[in-house]
Amino acid sequence: MKPNLILHVVSKFLIPLIILFALYVQFHGDFGPGGGFQAGVIFSAALILYALVFGLDAAEKIIPSHLLRILASLGLLIYAGVGVVALLLGANYLDYTVLGSNQIAGQHLGILLVELGVGITVAAVMLIIYFAFAGRGRE
Amino acid sequence: MDFFTDHYNYWVVIFLMMVGLYTVISRGNLIKKVIGLNIFQVSVFFLYISIGTVEGGAAPIITEGVELYSNPLPHVLILTAIVVGVATTALALALVVRIKESYDTIEEDEIHELDHTL
Amino acid sequence: MGNNISLLLVVVPLIAAPVVAVLPRGRLPWAVALVVTFLCVLFAGMQLWGVLNGGMISYELGGWAPPWGIEYRIDAVNAFVALIVAGIAAVTLPYALLSVEKEIPEDQIPLFYSALLLCLTGLLGITQTGDIFNIFVFLEISSLSSYALISLGRKRQALTSAYQYLIMGTIGATFFLIGVGLIYSQTGTLNMQDLTIRLPEVIHLKTVNTGFAFIMIGVALKLALFPLHLWLPNAYAYAPSVVTVFLAATATKVAVYVMLRLLFTVFPDSFVLATHAKDLFIVAGIAGIIIASIYAIYQRSVKRLLAYSSVAQIGYMVLGIGFASATGVTAALIHLFNHALMKGALFMAVGAIIYRVGACHMKDIHGLGREMPWTFGAIIIGSMSLVGVPGTAGFISKWYLVSAALEQGAWISVAVILFGSLLAVVYVGKVVEALYFKPVTESGRSATEAPLLLLAPTWVLVFANIYFGLDTELTVGVAEKATAILGVVNP
Repeated sequence: MKPNLILHVVSKFLIPLIILFALYVQFHGDFGPGGGFQAGVIFSAALILYALVFGLDAAEKIIPSHLLRILASLGLLIYAGVGVVALLLGANYLDYTVLGSNQIAGQHLGILLVELGVGITVAAVMLIIYFAFAGRGRE
Repeated sequence: MDFFTDHYNYWVVIFLMMVGLYTVISRGNLIKKVIGLNIFQVSVFFLYISIGTVEGGAAPIITEGVELYSNPLPHVLILTAIVVGVATTALALALVVRIKESYDTIEEDEIHELDHTL
Repeated sequence: MGNNISLLLVVVPLIAAPVVAVLPRGRLPWAVALVVTFLCVLFAGMQLWGVLNGGMISYELGGWAPPWGIEYRIDAVNAFVALIVAGIAAVTLPYALLSVEKEIPEDQIPLFYSALLLCLTGLLGITQTGDIFNIFVFLEISSLSSYALISLGRKRQALTSAYQYLIMGTIGATFFLIGVGLIYSQTGTLNMQDLTIRLPEVIHLKTVNTGFAFIMIGVALKLALFPLHLWLPNAYAYAPSVVTVFLAATATKVAVYVMLRLLFTVFPDSFVLATHAKDLFIVAGIAGIIIASIYAIYQRSVKRLLAYSSVAQIGYMVLGIGFASATGVTAALIHLFNHALMKGALFMAVGAIIYRVGACHMKDIHGLGREMPWTFGAIIIGSMSLVGVPGTAGFISKWYLVSAALEQGAWISVAVILFGSLLAVVYVGKVVEALYFKPVTESGRSATEAPLLLLAPTWVLVFANIYFGLDTELTVGVAEKATAILGVVNP
């Protein structure tokens, strides 16, 4: 692929902003519209843009596919793990209240952790899907 | 006439639903079928979201001075359904890629011919 | 602790699935999956015991009280179906080790077990939950993983049949979703217990009626009710052996459970009895029994033959539901259990043949009965149960079905049930003939008895077929109790 200067410069400028926006959507999810699903997709869009402009090999150097598989599992485990912690603390599954000193703090912490898990899994799975399609027929 | 304009969201939903379902049934191209399936699913998303609207209601984020909110539950449900839809589409496309690799075609009738099924 | 069991039943396989996916190749993924399924059987058994002795279990997820939060609500009906699903999974897993190593590429084995556990999570989730939207989510979890599992079959037709199943399954699930949306728009609740209370007020509305129709069609697609069964024969025929065993014995059963729950708990009895839905079920059941059985006779692949037979057996269950009487529903529940046993045993035995010869076409299995006597024995007893010979589990379900039909004076249904059994004799007779009375082929001569790890689970199910044919206390007792809970009475 012939390197295209404009694409390179613009995407190098855009990618950090997209990631920043993804983090904003991720951690702002408990005050306004947002959350793990959206943030995960936006985050993966940044990396997919990188892969589109700089090539698949360069993208795979940043996040190797076996790491993605572990991240996808990790996110789900964070989600389920928060539930199990609540269970171990004597409450019902996914009852975040017991996680903090009072109900609001507990719910806050719980939803933050759960959304983090969702975000990680969604971002990783989106990238796995992209790599699986884009990498098809290469090997 | 009011019957149509007052329920325009349902007419949109029904139209999209039929377009999607018809595409799934009538097209032999496997990719077109997936697209039809997507339109069909999206029509259901619209159905849920439009049901959740409360006339005159604000976005369901607590704000001072607002008494009436739209129902946020259908949106949450549909978020789940959208994720399911994405997973279904990804899986379907992955299958189509594999089918293309082993049959060298994604036309249903040609596949049936190759396998001597039907 | 007591109530947590109902939750752990779903959460343990859910947590295990991503763990298994990242485990290294080798036998470790299998070992983890095995332990998980055994745990699930333990939990399901404890849950059923708890429900039978202590009454209903209600578990509030996240501590949110129903009808706002998602509730797991378990009575004898769910617990019974959950035990079937978990039990079949636990018998399938030991069988899986060798069969999967032979049929699945090595690098995909951890993902295979991960998908299998996800499918188990979905199926168990459907049985546990008391929330109608949650049913949709779990339905899709189990369906998506089963599409992936089916596509792993060795022949390329596995891909097309998985695709076909995906399209039809998604349409079915989306229909279910439309129905749920329409009902939610009129009742404002998704909790099934709450729906039971609120639906009678709005049941006369066209929206609710349409929603009912959408939901029923969606579920009927999932349970492969004739004539919506078209995805099933190919999916079962081309899937890897283990997947066929697992899905044939569990997936459609769970869909039957959903149908029972919706018809008899969620929607008011007066509504169900007044609509033509039950007549439609009887017609579809009868057509399914006869037409699918005739199709089965003409199949050249044993797996396809058994798959068509599954469609016919689903016809029996739906016929039982269609009678809408206590005996009919009891019969459907008993057959749900017994069919899981017999189809599990038969597909396992066929899987053992595939393990040895690599195919299951009629011409490939000539004379193998003499080379593989134990596998052949399993097929014989499984077939007898399928036909409904006295002394096997199949006889019990047929007996209850016939008595349900006689109660209503439905002579046509009685005749159809008996005729269906005759057709079953014909198609299993074809398999037995090919296995035993045909001269053995060149490639078949080198075949030896299947390894113990395949035979032992098969024979566990075979013995279960005989045991539950003689001792009916567990099946009939629980099924009658479950029917009482569903609130079905003889008209």
